[in-house]
Amino acid sequence: MGTAINVEHLSYTYPGADDIPGIQVFEDLSLSIDEGSFVAVLGGNGCGKSTLAKHFNSILLPCGGKVFVFGMDTMDEEKLLMIRKTTGMVFQNPDNQIVANVVEEDVAFGPENLGISSAEIRRRVDAALHQVGMYDYREHAPHLLSGGQKQRIAIAGIIAMEPKCIVLDEPTAMLDPRGRREVIETIEKLNREKGITVVLITHHMDEAARAQRVVVLHDGKIAADGSPKEVFSQVELLHGIGLAAPETVELCWELNQMGANLPLDGLSPEQCAQTLLENWKV
Amino acid sequence: MLKDITLGQYFPGNSVIHRLDPRTKLVLLVVYIVALFIAGGPASYGLMFLLLSTCIGISRIPVKSFVRGMKPLLFILIFTGILNLFFTQGEHILVSFWGITITFEGLVRAVYMMARILMLIAGTFLLTYTTSPIALTDGLESLLRPLKYIRVPVHELAMMMCIALRFIPTLIEETDKIMSAQKARGADFESGKLIKRVKALVPILVPLFISAFRRADELATAMECRCYHGGTGRTKMKLLRYKRRDFEAYGFGILVLAAMIVITHFGL
Repeated sequence: MGTAINVEHLSYTYPGADDIPGIQVFEDLSLSIDEGSFVAVLGGNGCGKSTLAKHFNSILLPCGGKVFVFGMDTMDEEKLLMIRKTTGMVFQNPDNQIVANVVEEDVAFGPENLGISSAEIRRRVDAALHQVGMYDYREHAPHLLSGGQKQRIAIAGIIAMEPKCIVLDEPTAMLDPRGRREVIETIEKLNREKGITVVLITHHMDEAARAQRVVVLHDGKIAADGSPKEVFSQVELLHGIGLAAPETVELCWELNQMGANLPLDGLSPEQCAQTLLENWKV
Repeated sequence: MLKDITLGQYFPGNSVIHRLDPRTKLVLLVVYIVALFIAGGPASYGLMFLLLSTCIGISRIPVKSFVRGMKPLLFILIFTGILNLFFTQGEHILVSFWGITITFEGLVRAVYMMARILMLIAGTFLLTYTTSPIALTDGLESLLRPLKYIRVPVHELAMMMCIALRFIPTLIEETDKIMSAQKARGADFESGKLIKRVKALVPILVPLFISAFRRADELATAMECRCYHGGTGRTKMKLLRYKRRDFEAYGFGILVLAAMIVITHFGL
């Protein structure tokens, strides 16, 4: 397994206007993401999650340091299309990333930009729509679909370009619980079956808990990095930066505060119940 | 309420007219309009009417929707009729009162003019009713492609049209939401004189524009992420291809045009 994304000593400052100073987001950030992994990036508002994501496919360019995407330097203008084809990006609001007024035409938008032959585009569009489970809706108008369906169309539009990595910037923030579940299940399936590297930016703890690795950003720095169990057991640290652990961990932690002595690694309700059963002494 | 707006409404179907290439339909619409303007007598108008009603029949689109679409244009229609009725000079005076004379020629002319406008609009509706907006945009882009050589940004125009069509429902929905939000805070859009009503629209337009700009910004980023880099090197999933029926339709169009020229030549 190689490295999908490698961030080396990244610094970035949003440019200011004449007398308004720019806003520094990163000073010296290093991070590397393995190919084929499922990484969740957590953080409160304004911690630089989205800014970091935009560095992964040359939407923003580093002010200092380097970002490499599958070995390609994001500063290299000649590789721009190649980088964007390799690392697809899905945003928060599905309405603002759908271009066409027929589902399949929208999914075809990316491959069309790559100059692929019609027959191959057709094949990829059908395959992508099958993968997100939206094939039956291929001739629908996107604005008549639900939020979760629209977001799955947006994901299909990215996987039709056959990327090696997908970066999702809070893809579920505007969705209802059902839409969220649809989207997260689709992402997991892509990671598991197609081996696509997934970087999921989120502030939902339960979504992050499903990843293989969780990176917590705070104030442009990495506050915690490790497996979900490792990260979420540091409850005090999470509270300190305005985040909460998943509810199950919070429960055990609260009980610990009251004098219990429970391990903090039960991320699913079942695990939590098991922990309680084993450790609870009346 | 706002969702009722029909803008180039498309009725999906599977008739021959639906299946024609959008380019064929666009060109034939132009031919149809030219023929309509050549028409000058009962026979030529009759032929055009026959053609139009046959096409509507084949398309299987309910006549009701044509009638509904014409309603907003009623004023122009009546206005044209009256103008022609009163201000056409002629020899056979039918009625004369208060210094206004209505001549037989005026009456005939008014009827013809109204028929022409009605048929013109019905023909255009037939195009938009049977062609999806996206096919229409594709057809236009393809037909206007030669203009690229005189530096008309054809692809960009087609892309803009496509995005505009895509965002109409989204923005309408948004307008509805903003209106409800302003109403909830006591805004009044329904009473008062015209100027007051227009002023009441400002609190709707300002947030709508701000949000439209923000959407545009996000959409541009999303398009860049999907490798959009203008029309160069771009391919299409659905290629427009002329089929046999398109050539037949073109042939038929030429035939009708020729027939119209001959008929009007004899003053019918």
